[in-house]
Formats: sequence, structure tokens, C-alpha cells
Amino acid sequence: METGFDIALALLLLCVGGWSVIARNMMTAVIVFIAYGLLLSLAWVRLHAIDVSLTEAAIGSGATGLLMVIAAHKVAGDTKRVVQLSRGFHVLAAVFAALVAVGIAALAFVLPGEPSSLAAPVLERLPDSGLGNPVAGVLFVFRSFDTLLEKVVLLLALIGVWALARDADWGGVPGLRLFRERHSVLTLLARTLPPIGFVFAIYMTWAGADVPGGAFQGGTVLAAMWILVMVAGVRRPPRISSPPLRLAIVAGPVVFLAIGFLGFLAPGAFLAYPEGFAKPLIVAMETALTLSIAVILGLLIAGPPKGEDAP
Amino acid sequence: MMPLQALAVTETTPGGSLLVLGIVMPAVALVALIGLGGRGARAIVIAALLFQLYVAVRVALLVAGTQSPLAYVVGGFHPPLGITLRADGISALMMVVSAAIFLAAAGFAWKDFAQPGGKPEARAPLIFWSAMLAMASALNLLFTSSDLFNLYVGIELLTFAAIPVTAIKGGADTLRAALRYLLFAVFGSMLYLFGIVLLYGAYGTLDISGIAAQLQPNAATLAAAGFVTVGLLAKTALFPFHLWLPPAHAGAPAAGSAVLSALVVKGSLFLLMRLWFDTFPTLREPADMQLLALSGALAVIVGSVTALRQQRLKLLVAYSTVAQIGYMFFVFSLAPKGTGEAIAATAWTGAWLQVVAHAFAKAGMFLAAGLAAEVLGHDRIRDLGGLSRRAPLAVLAFALSGLSLMGLPPSGGFNAKFMLLVAALAGGQWVWGAVIIAGGVLAGAYVFGVLARMMAEPAAGASLQAVGRGRQWIALGLSAVAVLMGLLPLEPVAFLAIGRAL
Repeated sequence: METGFDIALALLLLCVGGWSVIARNMMTAVIVFIAYGLLLSLAWVRLHAIDVSLTEAAIGSGATGLLMVIAAHKVAGDTKRVVQLSRGFHVLAAVFAALVAVGIAALAFVLPGEPSSLAAPVLERLPDSGLGNPVAGVLFVFRSFDTLLEKVVLLLALIGVWALARDADWGGVPGLRLFRERHSVLTLLARTLPPIGFVFAIYMTWAGADVPGGAFQGGTVLAAMWILVMVAGVRRPPRISSPPLRLAIVAGPVVFLAIGFLGFLAPGAFLAYPEGFAKPLIVAMETALTLSIAVILGLLIAGPPKGEDAP
Repeated sequence: MMPLQALAVTETTPGGSLLVLGIVMPAVALVALIGLGGRGARAIVIAALLFQLYVAVRVALLVAGTQSPLAYVVGGFHPPLGITLRADGISALMMVVSAAIFLAAAGFAWKDFAQPGGKPEARAPLIFWSAMLAMASALNLLFTSSDLFNLYVGIELLTFAAIPVTAIKGGADTLRAALRYLLFAVFGSMLYLFGIVLLYGAYGTLDISGIAAQLQPNAATLAAAGFVTVGLLAKTALFPFHLWLPPAHAGAPAAGSAVLSALVVKGSLFLLMRLWFDTFPTLREPADMQLLALSGALAVIVGSVTALRQQRLKLLVAYSTVAQIGYMFFVFSLAPKGTGEAIAATAWTGAWLQVVAHAFAKAGMFLAAGLAAEVLGHDRIRDLGGLSRRAPLAVLAFALSGLSLMGLPPSGGFNAKFMLLVAALAGGQWVWGAVIIAGGVLAGAYVFGVLARMMAEPAAGASLQAVGRGRQWIALGLSAVAVLMGLLPLEPVAFLAIGRAL
């Protein structure tokens, strides 16, 4: 039964992936790609990687898909700037992608039969931190230095998107205007869904210490709610120079850095937690990070600031 | 000869926390910069960069004083679960070089990227200073981390900081160059990440010394080494992955170009040398290493010939970077495992001198090119006439940098290329020796071509702007360091071998 499900899922993934590559209409390709990402997150569930699955659904399918929708929407009907690729090129791309897939699959077989992994030592030392979710243990205890620096990368990604603005538009409102007209269904969703999403995001962050979830997943759900509100035009994005917005962007990294330095005082190493305080400190960190991640992801999608009259 | 285990970090050493501060303090400054919305931006940056120099010098003094590496166990968690930082001789050297060049570039950009007083935050200063801080942090991470995934985060941070710098000027051309840079860089990141996933699957650790200690030349390891190498080559812009570099480096503001060409491409190069010499030393098959040296040789020839044919000064200087990177790859073939240690040590020192001399020479040269563009209002090589009158120190900086790039004595470039040449001839690899000499001749051609134009009379009707002395002195100071390195004795530098397994 389970094997049958896996085979069906794998075949479906192949078909949907192939469809996304050969689809001639750009919007069709994008929508199919989003579906592909959702199927992929199912595959991750089957591999017992729930945290990866959540991230795949949120970032690989959701955020990436939305960026592609925005890009496709911007150039739709613009025959001058959009290069129509020939059928042959699509086939070539599909063949290349298939070769890459076969290559990766072949490499899986060159690895030693018994996979070497650190799962056992992680589980063994996890109780010291008071956490129950081994993924959270890796992200916020054993390798929190990586997580801290990844948040700095996220800041730079935002700076990179903002760098695309014109000098005159700096400090203004991001240029996300997908729907200029009021759209009744979307407006209804944008008014009713956020309270539910808000509670769900808080739950995901809180629960992340013990079960799959955490700051990144919670932040992504919050970001999705915010994007829905912006896309539906219920609330405009804030000015990027707004002081509260800036505070929200840096809140997570600031708390993370502060707790990192606290480790110097007790017990004496950067990013080490004082005995017995690991869990409360991590929850504080994750709370601030949820806010920052939500705001940064939302702003990454909202795009660079743009003047009102700019095309 | 130290055993491989000597690479392992067992405990934090005195002064080890300096390594954390070198990475984290620029991030603290970055957070302050974004949070405060541009208020006091330059003061924050200059304080952070001065502190960076202090940290780097302290690290170098401690490494030299104890003749052993500094180490730090982050969070107190030892590998394989945790991450360690470790600074040996080459790490300490690169930290000092990086801090010095960042400070010089910040001094040069001081006026251009001032936040207008009393007005709302402006775009270019926030992007430029944020990127500078992030690059400084990322480079220190690349110079000191012992963990392959932590190093991946460092590469990502460096890339995402470097790309906005190339896009600061705006306009379709710079955006196209930035996008091309992004595509090459992301391609490189993915290959690197894929390679370290394979290594983790094979060895169950991401710690460099942990992998080195149990290294087997099996299929997974060889495939991983290949992926990681190609990924890092794409980021280092070694021929044939150099296509993104010239438009990106030429399109950035002068102080940004200086940092990108002098330091950023060296970040991935540093990691590549660290991997091949410290993690996979036993995998260095002569044939593969010859392939890297061949790419280096082609980079020297193709980069120099293309530089000669440029019409724009900044593009010429950028193509010269493509060529100069090539020299550094001779070390892979000239310091093979198992041959005479004297030759290997000579090639090793030559390669690092090339890295450092090129960093100072190219930073000085890009700043001089930026001043030339400011004086003339353009950077067409044909019409550089009159520059020596308006900005004599900038012309002198260009000339001194050129001296080092050509490899004429006395200069750091001469010492580097001479030692590489000696190692090539002593090892019987005269082909690489011939390329080293040919590259010097070609560099002479493009440098003298530009200098002759700079010394010429101004074109009729050209309006020349004045530029301040201060920034000319900064360019000259950097070039002078490249030349003064020529006073070092022509022998292996012991400091560069501190903490190495060889």
C-alpha cells in the first residue's frame, strides 16, 4: 500500500515536472511548478523530513511560485521583451534536467551503504537543551552559529532587492501592485484569513521547540498572510524607511546576537547557553526571529520601492 | 611535518574569541546600520572597520608569538556536532590584508557615500556600507571556519553582499552584469553545496579535519571534490568561468571594484586552497592538478590579451584581474604531494605573495582608475591625456600597481612570480614558467599603453575636473604596499606554514 503510494507520487512528480518544463504558456508553467512544489513537499513527508517538507511548501512552492507569478504577470502580453523559446529548446531543457536527475541518482549509489549521520549523537545530547525537536536542536543549539549568519544573509538579500530601486524612490513604498481593481473574493480572504493564520503561526513557532515547526515556518505563514493583505490591496505595504519596519527587520538578529554575547559571560563561550536557561532563551530568540523572518520575506516579495507614477 | 590530526581543534586557545569577534562585530554594525535608518552610518562603519583591523593584527601577533594556530569552539560544542574556528598563518595574513584594504576603500568612499545631513536616508550609502560590512564579516568567516557548511554560509554571505555593490550605479547595463554575476555565483553555490552533501553522506561530519583524517579516494569523495572545486572556480572567476567578472567589477563604484577584485574573488580561492592542501591533500593527482594549472595558464594568456584590447580603463583593469588570478593556480601543480619540500614551500609562498601583492596592487589600480574617470568624466583609454597634470599621484599609483602586476623588481608581484618561476623550473615544469614570463610581458604592454596615454597632452576641448589629494594618497598608499613587498627576502616565509599539515 505504502509502496504503491510512493510509486504513484514519484510518477506524478515526473509528469508534473515534465509538464512544467514543456508548457508553452508561461503562466501555465508557473502554476504547474507551484503544484510540483506541493507534491514535492508530500514526498518529503514520506521521507519523514517534516521540517524540510514545510519549508519546501512555503518557500520552494509558495514564495518562489508567487515571485514567478509576479514576473509572468509583469511581462504577460509583452511580445517585444519576452523571447519565445522554440519547442526544441524546451525538449533540450527537459533532456538536460533529466540528465542532472540521473546523475544525482547515480551519486546516491556511490555513497556507502550504511549512511553515516549525526542523528544519533544529536538525539543523545538533545535533552541537555530542554528541546524535543532534533531539527531545532541543530538549528539553535549545536549549529546556531550557522543560523545566526543565515539571518545576516537574509538581511543582505533584502538589501539586494532594495538595491534595484531608483535613487529617487528610496525610502518609498514597495512596488507590489498585482491587482489594481478590488477583487471581491481576494478581499474577503484577505480580511478573514489573517487572524487564523496569525494564531497558526504563533502555534508553529511555539511548538517548534518540540515538534516540527519553528521560527522559519511560523515566519513564513505570517509572511503569507501579510502578502495576501498586500496583494488584495486591503493594506498598502509600508514605506521602507519607516522606523518600526526597520526595527522589525533587525529584531531577530539583534536578539540572536545579544544572546550570543550573553554566552561569553555565562557559561563562557559565544552562543553557549547558561545551564537550565537554554529553552527560554531559544524561545525568546525564535519569537523575535519569527517577526523578522515574516517581515523580510514579505518585503522580499513586495519588491524594491517604486514611485507612484513609475511604469 | 605535523600529523593531520594537528588540524583538529580540540579546545579554545587564549585569544580564540578574537576569531568570533572578527566575524560577528561587522554583523552587529550591519544591524545597527539598517536599524538606525542611515543615522551615523559612516561612524558605525569606520568604527567597525578599525576594530576589524585591531582584531586582525592581534590574531596575527598571537599566531606569530605562539607559532601555533588560534582556535575557538563555538558554543562549546565540539565537532562533529558543533562548529570550530581556527586561524593559522595564512588565515591571519589574509585577515590583516582584508582589514587594511577595507579601511582604505572606506576612506576612499567616505565622501561619495555620505548620508546627506538632515535629509532622509539615501539609497547608495545604505547599500554600499551594508555590503562592505557584510563582505568584511564573510571574508573573516571564510579565512577561519573549519566547517564545510559554515563555510557555505560564508560564501553565500559574500556573494549576496558583493552583488548589490555591482548594482549600485543602476541602469540596464549594471543590472545585467549583476544578474549574470548572480547566475554564475548561484551555480557555484549549488555545486559546492552538493559536494559537501556528498562528503557528509560519506564521512558523517562537516569538520575539515574530521574529513581529512578519514579520507578515502572513493567515488563519492572524488565526485564531491570535483563539484566543490568547479563551484568555487565559478566564484573565483577562473577561466573559463570568468565571463561574469569584467562587467560586474567594472560597473561597480571604484571603492567597490577595489574590494571585489582585491578580496572577494580571493575568498573562494582561499577556500579552494584550504580544501586541496588541508582537506584532500592525498587526492591531489598530478593530472587533475595540471588541469587546474592549465586553466590558470589560459586565464593568464586570455585575460591579458583581452585586457590589451579594451577601450575602457575599468574593463582593462578588470580583465587584468582575470589574468592575475590565473597565476595563483600554478601552485596546485607546482606544490605536488611527495616532491621536494623546498620546491613546494617556494611555490606555496609564491602563490600567497601573489594573492597579497595582487590585492594591494589591484585595489590601488582600481582606485586610480576611479579617480581618472572622475577627472576626465569618462574612462576611454584613448582620451586619458592630461591626467598626469590633474592627478599626478593617481597616475603614480597606477604605475606602481602596474609594476607589481607585470612582476618587475622591486615589487611584491616580482617576488611572487619569481618564486613561482623558480618552483616551475626546479620541478621541470617549464611550460608554466614560460606562461609566467609571457604574462608579465603582456601585462607590461597594457600597463605601458595606459601610462603613455595618461602622460599625453589633454585632448583639445577636454574639461578636466580637480580631485582631492587625500584620495590620491589612499590609492598611492595601497600601490606602495604592493611595491614595498618586494623588499622581502626571496625565500619561503615561515609564517605561512604555521599550523599547516604539510
